[in-house]
Amino acid sequence: MARVIVITSGKGGVGKTTTTANLGMCLAKLGYETILIDADTGLRNLDLLLGLENRVIYTALEVVSGECRLEQALIKDKHYNRLSLLSTSQNHTKNDISEDSICFLINLLHKKADYILIDSPAGIEKGFYRAISSAKEALVITTPEITSVRDADRVIGLLQSHNINNISLIINRIRHKMIRQNEMMSVQDVTEVLAIPLVGVIPEDEKVIISTNKGEPIVLEEHFSVSSLAFEDIARRLNGQDIGFKNLDYFYPTHLEFLKKIFFKSF
Amino acid sequence: MFTKFFIKLLKKDYEESRYNVKKRLKSILAHDRLAINSNILEKMHMEILNVVSKYVELDPKKIEFSVETDNKIKTISLIANISIKRIIYLDKV
Repeated sequence: MARVIVITSGKGGVGKTTTTANLGMCLAKLGYETILIDADTGLRNLDLLLGLENRVIYTALEVVSGECRLEQALIKDKHYNRLSLLSTSQNHTKNDISEDSICFLINLLHKKADYILIDSPAGIEKGFYRAISSAKEALVITTPEITSVRDADRVIGLLQSHNINNISLIINRIRHKMIRQNEMMSVQDVTEVLAIPLVGVIPEDEKVIISTNKGEPIVLEEHFSVSSLAFEDIARRLNGQDIGFKNLDYFYPTHLEFLKKIFFKSF
Repeated sequence: MFTKFFIKLLKKDYEESRYNVKKRLKSILAHDRLAINSNILEKMHMEILNVVSKYVELDPKKIEFSVETDNKIKTISLIANISIKRIIYLDKV
């Protein structure tokens, strides 16, 4: 049986799709059969982040209407064949897939995968309920900004009222320097306010934009980056490994610490 | 640059925006969390009034219900202000 996890946030633009793509890639790297479902009907983006936009021919809609087999709509990733993507609708049609069809498809996919990650649309309208309808677990993404924390709190309440109680928090786009200057809420502040277990902390990283441009999730980059490390840690924690949180002071040293580091390294 | 440095030295912790935003967030969440569906609230009012009116006669014009939060002690309370016309003495209580 697969673990069905919905990735949601309430507010748009906090990094749901980026997180879904990168987590999926990490889980596939760890050797798990992973299926990503883009539940954002009409405004799908997950295919772009994975660089699979030209391969989407069939979607869940066609599977449900009987135009193609399920295997044809599951698009294998270029890098890891354990990872596949299922889009829920064509971008140019406004036809919505129903909640029942999504549940039906996920039931079919249960046997095929270890992990099913559902990328939920922003907002708490119909699309959100459709995305969470067959999930057993949820990852709530927020940034340390008041707007997205507020929306995350609302979403947590809605998830709980739909009997999804296994909810974990990912704090995205942390700016460590601003936190040190007390000009941004820290990880502790946000977890204290939202009161759900923390599973990941991802620093703001310009390289994410570059990787989006290329259509290759950042975890594929060979060069070390803080955010890709963070995604790998989250994937391991999802698997039940106990991994401590990285001390961000190490990656973002103050001027004094930076000098110290150079000084002690050179002697 | 030096003036900036001195301003920073003089500035107290609570003037930094992190503390401000945390305070705002906590108060807005307290309000958000107690947002009850108005239908449910109405139903609850009716049921409470039904129970109370078994024992006392109420003045229907002077009934107020409100949900309030106290941020200091972090509690949400339902405040019902009900005027009583007279007390019904029941024989079989």
